[in-house]
Amino acid sequence: MSEQKTKPKRSRLRKIARRTFLIGTGAIAGGLAVGYYFYQREHPNPLLADLDDGEVSFNHYVTVAPDNTITIIVPRAEMGQGVSTTLAALVAEELDVGLHAINIEHGPASPAYLNQAMMIESAPFPTFDRSFSAEGMRGVMEVVSKYLALQVTSGSSATIDAFEKMRYAGAATREVLKQAAAEKFGVPQSTLATENATVTDPASGQSATYGELAASAVGKAPPADMELRGRSEWKLLGKAQPRTDIRKKVTGMPIFGVDVDLPEMLYATVKMNPRLGGTVNSIDAAEAEKMKGVVKVVPIESQTGNGFGVIANNSWRAFQAAEAVKADWGSAPYPADTDAITAKLKEALNGGEVSSLREAGDVTTTFADAPSDNLVEAEYQVPYLAHACMEPMNATAWFRDGKLDVWAPNQAPTILQDICASTAGIDGTDVAIHTTFLGGGFGRRGEVDFAIYATKLAMAADGKPIKVTWAREEDTTHDTYRPGAIGRYRAVLDDAGHPKALHATVAAPSIMASVLGRTYPSLPAGGPDKTIIEGAYDQPYEIEHYRIDAAKADLAIPVGFWRSVGNSFNPFMHESFLDEIAAKSGKDPLALRLELAKPWPTATGVLQKVADMAHWGEPIPDGRAQGVAFALSFGTWVAQIVQVKDEDGSIRIEKVWCAADPGEVLDPGIFKAQMMSGIVFGLSSAVGQEITFADGMVEQSNFHDYDAIRMNQCPDIEVEILENAAHMGGAGEPGTPPSIPALANAVFALTANRVRKLPLSNEVDFV
Amino acid sequence: MKLTVNGAVHELDIEPEMPLLWVLRDELNIKGPKFGCGIAMCGACTVHVDGEPVRSCSLAIGDVEGEVTTIDAIASDDTLHAVQEAWIKEQVPQCGYCQSGQIMSAVALLRDVPNPTDEDIDDAMSGNLCRCGTYPRIRAAIKSAAAMKVGA
Repeated sequence: MSEQKTKPKRSRLRKIARRTFLIGTGAIAGGLAVGYYFYQREHPNPLLADLDDGEVSFNHYVTVAPDNTITIIVPRAEMGQGVSTTLAALVAEELDVGLHAINIEHGPASPAYLNQAMMIESAPFPTFDRSFSAEGMRGVMEVVSKYLALQVTSGSSATIDAFEKMRYAGAATREVLKQAAAEKFGVPQSTLATENATVTDPASGQSATYGELAASAVGKAPPADMELRGRSEWKLLGKAQPRTDIRKKVTGMPIFGVDVDLPEMLYATVKMNPRLGGTVNSIDAAEAEKMKGVVKVVPIESQTGNGFGVIANNSWRAFQAAEAVKADWGSAPYPADTDAITAKLKEALNGGEVSSLREAGDVTTTFADAPSDNLVEAEYQVPYLAHACMEPMNATAWFRDGKLDVWAPNQAPTILQDICASTAGIDGTDVAIHTTFLGGGFGRRGEVDFAIYATKLAMAADGKPIKVTWAREEDTTHDTYRPGAIGRYRAVLDDAGHPKALHATVAAPSIMASVLGRTYPSLPAGGPDKTIIEGAYDQPYEIEHYRIDAAKADLAIPVGFWRSVGNSFNPFMHESFLDEIAAKSGKDPLALRLELAKPWPTATGVLQKVADMAHWGEPIPDGRAQGVAFALSFGTWVAQIVQVKDEDGSIRIEKVWCAADPGEVLDPGIFKAQMMSGIVFGLSSAVGQEITFADGMVEQSNFHDYDAIRMNQCPDIEVEILENAAHMGGAGEPGTPPSIPALANAVFALTANRVRKLPLSNEVDFV
Repeated sequence: MKLTVNGAVHELDIEPEMPLLWVLRDELNIKGPKFGCGIAMCGACTVHVDGEPVRSCSLAIGDVEGEVTTIDAIASDDTLHAVQEAWIKEQVPQCGYCQSGQIMSAVALLRDVPNPTDEDIDDAMSGNLCRCGTYPRIRAAIKSAAAMKVGA
C-alpha cells in the first residue's frame, strides 16, 4: 500500500471555522480567532526543559545522550494495545535504531502531543463518505484539533495520528546527525549510511555513534524535502515486533499507577456518594479517625462527585476506616431504579424528537404504503455497563511549594493537567502529570475524577505525597458507564424478501454531554450526539429507503466512553435485525449482507473471507451453530463468525473467526491481539454483564456479580487481516462491535430463541 | 510477627487481620502482586505460600503459615523462570496487570502437572481474570512452557 493511499486529502475549509460546529457531537460555539493563533503556532519542544547533562533533543520525540542512549517518546497511554511498541517503531524505522536498544518513555503532558486523528474522525460521517461536505467537516475538525490540542489516547486513533509525524521525527533526527557526520568526516553527506544508532562512511571507513555526533548536530535544520521510506524499505514496520514492555510485565515490575512509591508517602482511599452526583447530608468520622494508622478524614466536593477521602499510612487501613465512616448520602439526580430508568429511555424513544445522520429515499411513505405482511419489526435493549479495568482507579499526588505533581494511569494528560490545576487553584505550568502504564483503560481512564480526588487529598496532606487507591467496590459503583439504550427497528421487504426500507430509532443518553459536563462544566454541551447511533447510521449497507434516528434520553447517570462507545450497542441491534430480516425472507444471513454491502468491496471482502475461514454454510457437527455479523468502526472493517455448541442445555462459545481490514497494518501481531482482545471484551458483555440500579445506587460491586469471560469459557479465536481499505483504520476498538451480534445470531441459529435484550444470560444459559 | 518473603525474614508489628497483599505492597514495598478485587475473585494478587498458590488479598497475615514467594523472586538472577520465558515467546501480556497472578498460578500448575491438558489449564487458571482477553495466548504459553521443560 502506498503512502499516498493513507494520506488523507482534505479540503481546507478554514473559512467556515468561525461558525458553530460539532465536536463529534457536543457543540462548542465560538470565534476561533484565537484558534488561528494556535493553529499556526508550532508547539515548543517540551523535552528541552528536562534534559540530562549533555543530552540533546532534536524534536518532540527523540533525545540522544553522549553515551548513545537513545530515548523515544511515545506520548500515548500504554494500556495493552501496544502503542509503546508500534509508535516507537515508527521513529526507529527512520532513525535506524534497534527497537530493543532504546529507551521508550511516555514523556510529559504537552499540547505538542495533540491527537489530531481522533478529532478528525469524530466528524459525524461514515468512514466511506469522502464527499465534499464530509471531507470539509474533517478539515474543520483538523483545525479544531490544533486549537484544543488535546493529548489523548482514544478513538483507536494513536497509530493513525502518529503514522506520519513520528516517522518524520525519526527521519529529521537521522538527517541532522548525518549533516554533523559529514562535517566531522569531511565527506559529502550523500555517501553516508546509518545503522544501529551509528553513522558510517563506507568509503573511508569512518564512523561515529549518534551520541558522539549529537552535540554538534544541534541547531542544524533537516532538509525541507525529506521523503519517508516506502513500505518495501521497512525493516520494522509491517512485521510483528516483540513488545518492548514485555519483560517488565512478566517480572511484576512496579510500572502501574498503584505501584508509585515516594518518600514519606501516605495512602488513601475515597468513598463518594453512591447516588452518583448526589450531595452529602452529613459525615460522622469520629470512629474512623480513631482507627490505627488513620491520619484524617477529608470531605470532598467536586464536579465529578461528593463524598470523602480517608488518609492513612496503609491502603488497607484506609479501606477499613472508610467503611467505618457513617455517611448520610443525598438523593440521586436520576430515577432511582432500573425500571424507572428504562421508562425514561422509552419516553425518549416515543418522544418524537430525533436527529438523523442517515437519510436515504422516503422512509415515511414507504412504511405507510407497505402491506403488513411485508413488515419486520423488533425492539432491542442493552444495559448500562462498567469498564472494570483490572487496575482499580487510582492516582498519586504531591502538592508542595505551590506546585503539584500527579502520577496517574490516564488517557488524557493535558486535560488532567488543566483540571488538576483548577482544582488546586494554581497555574497549569505548575502541574506536572506523570503517566504510568495503565492496568486497562477501555475509555475509563480518559476521565478526570481519580485525579481530582487525589489533588484534593494532597492539598490536605501537609506537603506529603499521597497515593489514592479506590476499592474495587468503589470502582464498580462509581464508573462512567456505557449507557443503556433501546432501539426500535422496522423494515419493509419487497416481494422477493429484499429489504427496501429500514428505519431505526435509538434512544440513549448523550455520552458527549455527560463527559463534557464532568470535564469542562462551563462549556455548552447541547446539540445532537452521534454516539447514540454510531455503528448503525454509518454502516456500508445500501437500502433504498434508509433512516437512522437518534433520540436523546434525559438521564443524569454518568456515562462515558466504553471500548467502541456507541458501536458497542448499535451493531448488536442493527446486525441482529438484519438476521431477523433474513429469517423472515428465508435468505442466508451472510448472503443478505453481501447483497446489501455490494457497493463496498472492502466490506464484502471481509465477509467473504470470514465465511471461508469458518466454512460458512457447510455442514457442521450436531449441536453446533454459527452466527455472523459485520461492523465498520474507527475506520476498520470487521466481519466475525461465532460458533456455539450445546453442552447439556448450556451454551459454549466454541470458536470465533474474525476477518479485519484496517487498510495498512503496521504490526500484524499486535493488531491480531487487539482483535482477539476486543472480541473477548465484547463477548464478556454480551454473555453476562449488566449494571442495574436500586435506591439510586448501582447494585453490582465486584467481580462476583460483574464478571467477564474466564479461561474455561474463552473460545478459540482465529484472526485474518486484509489490507484493501483505502484509509488506515484503528485497532483497539473495532474487534468489539461485531462480536456481540455474532454471538446473539449464533444463539438464535442454535436455539431458535431470538434474544433482543442483553445480557444474553438472562434468557439462555452459558457454560 | 515473623514473615519470610522471597527468602528474607521480616519482623513485623502489625494487626494480624491485615491481608498479606497489603503487608507485601504497603509495608514491605514488594509490588509484584497486584490489587484487583480484595475478595479473591480475580487472582491478580496470587502468591505462593510454601509453593501453594493463594490469593494474598484474602489471606490474613496472622494466618500465613509458611514461606511466601512472589513473582518478584521466581527468576534467578538474570535467568527468567521457564514460565516467564514462555510468556515472552507467546507474547502473552497486553496491559500486563493480571499477569503476575497468571504466571504464579501457571508456575504452580506446571509443578504439579508437568503436561497439563486443556481441562487442567481451565481448572488451574479460571480464578485468574484478564480483561484484555489474553487467555488463548496464556493457554499456548503454558503448553509451550511444558514442552520446554520436557525438552530440558
